[in-house]
Amino acid sequence: MANRKVWGYRRENGRVGVRNHVIILPVDDISNAACEAVANNIKGTMALPHAYGRLQFGEDLELHFRTMIGTGSNANVAAVVVIGIEDGWTKKIVDGIAATGKPVTGFSIEGKGDIRTIAEASYKAKEYVQWASELQRTECDLHELYISVKCGESDTTTGLSSCPTVGNVIDKHCAAGGTASFGETSELTGAEHIVAAKAANDEVREQFFAAFNDYTKLVFDQKTNDLSESQPTKGNIAGGLTTIEEKALGNVEKLGKKTKFVGCLPPAVAPDKAGLWFMDTSSAAAEAVTLWAASGAVVHLFPTGQGNVIGNPIEPVIKLTGNPKTMATMAEHIDVDVSKILQGEMTLDQAGDVLLDMIVRTANGRLTAAEALGHREFSMTKLYRSA
Amino acid sequence: MVHFLIHEAADNVGVAVVDIAAGADCVGRNLTNNEGLTAHSEEAIQLGHKIALKDFKVGDSVIKYGCEIGTIVKDVKAGHHVHTHNLKTKRWA
Repeated sequence: MANRKVWGYRRENGRVGVRNHVIILPVDDISNAACEAVANNIKGTMALPHAYGRLQFGEDLELHFRTMIGTGSNANVAAVVVIGIEDGWTKKIVDGIAATGKPVTGFSIEGKGDIRTIAEASYKAKEYVQWASELQRTECDLHELYISVKCGESDTTTGLSSCPTVGNVIDKHCAAGGTASFGETSELTGAEHIVAAKAANDEVREQFFAAFNDYTKLVFDQKTNDLSESQPTKGNIAGGLTTIEEKALGNVEKLGKKTKFVGCLPPAVAPDKAGLWFMDTSSAAAEAVTLWAASGAVVHLFPTGQGNVIGNPIEPVIKLTGNPKTMATMAEHIDVDVSKILQGEMTLDQAGDVLLDMIVRTANGRLTAAEALGHREFSMTKLYRSA
Repeated sequence: MVHFLIHEAADNVGVAVVDIAAGADCVGRNLTNNEGLTAHSEEAIQLGHKIALKDFKVGDSVIKYGCEIGTIVKDVKAGHHVHTHNLKTKRWA
């Protein structure tokens, strides 16, 4: 696949995106209404409402800014209008996004009110969306796409089929010089020795264990039982998964058979070189994909067993399943069917090639099932209570 | 038709890849070396659920992917369903 091509958008900083969104980004929860009004005024733009951004502090606030700036900086985004209640934090986010070279303008509501802010921001959003609509896709290398991977509503079929299919793609993508990221820190419990063995060197291994042990401590500090029904979820259990160890061992099939991971990333931090990266994320689908999109990932691969329906506003989420019952009942959510693996009628290598074809088609513009169905889950990760 | 799969030779449970009826003679396959296996179901096992490939006593470890996935908390005979009613995590208990 070394020379495989896709039609993407090459942004001002050289990064390749596969979508051309103009987003209206609220700094904080109380600016959601203005952002949604602007997106309603100007067709082809999209507001990204969320629940936070006020009175956060410390590491939690840093993560908030990283997620906001990273989302605006993602190569799937052509231009950004930022709206916040006051101008200080608004400017901080605008300046962060502006470092990519893409068009971005901020508006603040205090001293002006919603209606005038919406009017001013709408003029700018109109200018941006008309400009973006004339940008052309250009031929780019498939390996220039930064891919994130995470499964959800897993069952035993994910470990048998859809997760190793993603692993096959990871091996092929990273061997071709591509960048990819996996995470779900708590969901590696019981398979952490397998992950550790895939670290490129001792330093990376130590960083992984530091993040893993930190998350494990959180679970033990906060838990009131053995987490049954939270991890594994009730959906996981309905699908036959019994323990976190069993779930984790299926999960890590996504890492591939040959690829070593080259580094560990805090949440919403962009990789600075090619290869496979571990990111310290929640295992909840919408939170995790939001963090990867903020780290610059432009395509997400999502194996599901029982049928998770998640999408993301700016990063297309390609879903695959190996569960024939889910294909029979929830096909509208699935982009790639690998259920033939269970009966040995399809090899993992064949399934990996089918998934690679779907990555190329998605990159070239095919809407994913989640995009067509309007799934735009934008879920900020909150580390602790606000001040 | 394959009724169940195992990941590694050391696995002592299989995963049903079709709905298995009670009292069925089942054909299995080892994904690592492609070797065939057989088992007899003593109860119905839904697609995705685990069938015991040996008799388990309380305290035994269940092996899948060649790794421990938990501890048996209620005796299980070969051919029976292994799930939350008789298998618990070793990690978050």
